[in-house]
Amino acid sequence: MTDSTAPRPPTGDHQVPLELQVNGRTARLSADIRTTLLDALRDGLGLTGSKKGCDRGQCGACTVHVDGRRVLSCLTLAVGAQGKQVTTIEGVAEGDRLSPVQQAFLDHDGFQCGFCTPGQIMSAICAIRDGDTGSDAAVREAMSGNICRCGAYEGILRAVRSAAERTARQEGTG
Amino acid sequence: MRPFDYAAPRTVEEALAQHADGAAYLAGGTSLVDLMKLDVARPHRVVDVNSLPLHGVTTDERGLHLSALERLGDLARHPAVADGHPVLRQALLASASPQLRNMATIGGNLLQRTRCGYFRDTAAACNKREPGSGCAARTGDNRGHAVLGAGPSCVATHPSDPAVALSALDALLELHGADGVREVPLNSFYRLPGETPQTETVLRPGELITRVTVPPLPGADRSVYVKVRDRRSYEFALVSAAVAVDLHDGEVRGVRIALGGVAPRPWRAHAAEQALTGREFTRANALEAAAAAADGAEPLSGNAFKIELVRRTVGHALTRLGGR
Repeated sequence: MTDSTAPRPPTGDHQVPLELQVNGRTARLSADIRTTLLDALRDGLGLTGSKKGCDRGQCGACTVHVDGRRVLSCLTLAVGAQGKQVTTIEGVAEGDRLSPVQQAFLDHDGFQCGFCTPGQIMSAICAIRDGDTGSDAAVREAMSGNICRCGAYEGILRAVRSAAERTARQEGTG
Repeated sequence: MRPFDYAAPRTVEEALAQHADGAAYLAGGTSLVDLMKLDVARPHRVVDVNSLPLHGVTTDERGLHLSALERLGDLARHPAVADGHPVLRQALLASASPQLRNMATIGGNLLQRTRCGYFRDTAAACNKREPGSGCAARTGDNRGHAVLGAGPSCVATHPSDPAVALSALDALLELHGADGVREVPLNSFYRLPGETPQTETVLRPGELITRVTVPPLPGADRSVYVKVRDRRSYEFALVSAAVAVDLHDGEVRGVRIALGGVAPRPWRAHAAEQALTGREFTRANALEAAAAAADGAEPLSGNAFKIELVRRTVGHALTRLGGR
């Protein structure tokens, strides 16, 4: 005898329609129910800026903003991200003008191979906004969820501190 | 990852109704989605509880109430947590990374599964993942494993930092189930492995943590969380200690000491608490009490160092609170 109320393992087609709000636009796609937000962005929408490093929530390369907060898209189910505002690295510049954090990473050599950089920048934007970047130690702690296997940490540190100071100056004079 | 049915209920009652054998509640997903990718968790149905109205932090005469879906990062920044509960704030901030703290909920964090590498490896023997298959950690790489409260069936540790702080603070958990609402002290919530390491808590099937309450506690404002780990940040504890001291005219009226990283659940060091209670809060008395913090410990082949580390971590925490 089996309990008729207990769910059985689903079989057959697991495709579901998804509607995501990404970088201010509505995107519709069909995807397997198991699809992570990261895979939906990369494979479904062609937004390959968010990177798949470990795919286990350990490296931070997939960091995006959901409703303004930095999260790991590899541990977020796409189906659960519906109705929320998703921002990826593709959405932080204004046209041809880089965001201050992007520019700071260029100015201070905040990368070597560049693979972790989109995640680093998405993380840094929130860390600066949250005021967690007031000292070198604070930046290292605030950025600890983003691993750089090239070891460009000194450049990343300078980039984040520089962007944070610039933001503070602008807010101070604004 | 195996396929699953997906439901996103909007009320606790709907969530309880959606839950059934083989189903799993999904909150932050930082543990569950990871384990589903590893094929360790194989839910037939995922009941996404993120739309439930379980948000907010309030205080009243019963204490500080944390709704279960509050994210660790938000709680760490909340003034009601920061004011009066430094041990909890520090434990929240010592957890994982900022991104994970933005995802993980306080309810889900208390149910985080162990980081034992054999539990996470479907090719290894693990009584917790597959009852009766054995325990590869007993004879394998067990440097990070338990020295207290473990048994022949399982030597895994509980990985949560906030749970350790909440243990020291004598927190209460509100549980919603098919039979109604009940409240369980966190210190009675976790079960020791015994012969059934797959059953980690007293939660009944389908029951949901809806709220965590930190009761008013003398000494909660004189508290600290010390976490010792292999890296300065973004790493699980080798040993951690949550300590709260109720001091009256230099004398310890009460002290609460909970340990993390060393047992299948947050571990209260009762012998050390008793050794310090009623005594003057001096450095010598603090260190004497700390020496009893690992009483009853039994090391495995690779983690005898944890016993001395427990004593020193507790001693360090007590002296940080002013035992001099």
